[in-house]
Amino acid sequence: MPGPEDATVDAISVRDLCKGYASREGCVEALRQISFNVKEGEFVAIVGPSGCGKSTLLKILAGVLSPSTGAANLRGTPIDGPRRDIGVVFQSPVLFPWRSVLENVLLPVDVQRIGGDRYRELALELLSLVGLREFAQRYPRELSGGMQQRVAITRALIHDPAVLLMDEPFGALDAMTREQMNLELQRIWLERRKTVLFITHSIPEAVFLADRVLVMTPRPGRIVDAVTVEIPRPRPLEAMNLPEFGTMVGLIRARFHAKGGLDA
Amino acid sequence: MHKRRDAALTVAIFCASVLLGELIVRALDVPGYILPAPSKVAMALWRGFATGLYQKHLLHTLTETLLGFVLGSAIGFSLGAAVALNRYVEYFLYPYIVMFQSVPKVALAPLIVVWFGLGLMSQIVNAALVACFPLLVNTIAGLRSADEDRINLMRSLAATRGQVFWMLQLPSALPFVMAGLEVAMIFALIGAIVAEFVGTEAGLGMLIQSMNFNMDVAGQFSVLLILSIMGLLLNRCILMIRRRILFWDSSEKERPDQERMPL
Repeated sequence: MPGPEDATVDAISVRDLCKGYASREGCVEALRQISFNVKEGEFVAIVGPSGCGKSTLLKILAGVLSPSTGAANLRGTPIDGPRRDIGVVFQSPVLFPWRSVLENVLLPVDVQRIGGDRYRELALELLSLVGLREFAQRYPRELSGGMQQRVAITRALIHDPAVLLMDEPFGALDAMTREQMNLELQRIWLERRKTVLFITHSIPEAVFLADRVLVMTPRPGRIVDAVTVEIPRPRPLEAMNLPEFGTMVGLIRARFHAKGGLDA
Repeated sequence: MHKRRDAALTVAIFCASVLLGELIVRALDVPGYILPAPSKVAMALWRGFATGLYQKHLLHTLTETLLGFVLGSAIGFSLGAAVALNRYVEYFLYPYIVMFQSVPKVALAPLIVVWFGLGLMSQIVNAALVACFPLLVNTIAGLRSADEDRINLMRSLAATRGQVFWMLQLPSALPFVMAGLEVAMIFALIGAIVAEFVGTEAGLGMLIQSMNFNMDVAGQFSVLLILSIMGLLLNRCILMIRRRILFWDSSEKERPDQERMPL
């Protein structure tokens, strides 16, 4: 509620969110009573098996879908449609092949007509941050999958959104590239300190990246647990070999089994 | 590396088949009014161009084809866009479009000559009518081909409908539109020739008919040759434009080499 704690309004706050789809067999419940908060600058991962409604949740937060009941707020204002202060990264890079890398990064700027040379500079700067500066004038089909996804992340950052929503962004990459991308994302996050909501079905990935991991189970999708990760940053890839890392992953996995989340 | 060899082979095959045709016609003593020898066709071709007769009619047919192509493409694209973007237009108009599509457009040529006269106009209209359908169908398919994820991305950026159209749907439709234009160009040529058969004052189609009345079979073959080369060159023009516009389309690279082969 607004008041004295206004300065600490959560970046994302979700209350009792439900979403049902009409289907031939009646109403299918995709999300039931989802509630959680993400603090400003926090990195939160939602982990769950496929079909647990993670993507539905993300689409609601992105303003592309509307919830059946409940409310989602972004920095205290309700999300009732697409908003300009959200950056989204999807599972596939979703680049436009007819635009060069630089033009792809500038897509949000073009759509929101906030153009200007300032953003061109910023785009090049961000591309340097992800190591793609010299690919600015290339076209997406000349890039590897990992490079394309880095362009997509850059695009999500260009208009300086309050919140970054990531829907299994590295799900389509091979294991080695995926680890590199995790390191990269951590580095970007440490440098930019954006609020990130990261959806994944990999428990180790969630533990490696997040401050807090929300555990989601399917049918209907609901959040059954929240686990805080205490491993200090920056976390090197070797952090995955730490005993506390293994304990954490084991803990989350055990909660899935306890809730019957993995028999799906 | 293989390019030069392929080119040489193409020329060799062409020469060999012409020579074979010549030999067969001569050996079997086929009468000239049934199947003229290649040499007779070549002479007719030479005569036609030397007197300036072919140039005049060629220009006439080319004008009809190009104007018909432009008109037909414009109509096909606009109608296709209207159907693809507006539910109501689709619901009320599309059945008529499909009905009209199943009419052999060639059968309309006599009517069009009645409506538009013997001049250039009726051939342009006929060419446009025949050319517009492939583009119409491809435009509809193309505009609907926009990737779901990309649409979601545009929506998450709070893009307007106009922006989604110009920045996403139209570029996504371009490979389809270009394929439609390729067909439309050839169809425009066919439409123009058919209209000329029905009634006109000039054009290669009219030339074929008048040669037919005069039993000038070699002449007819020479005009047919011009028509097919014209079709080929028009097609190449579209392909060239296509490659410039669709440089980003990865399927473009995988297309067979056929259009890169020498004439």
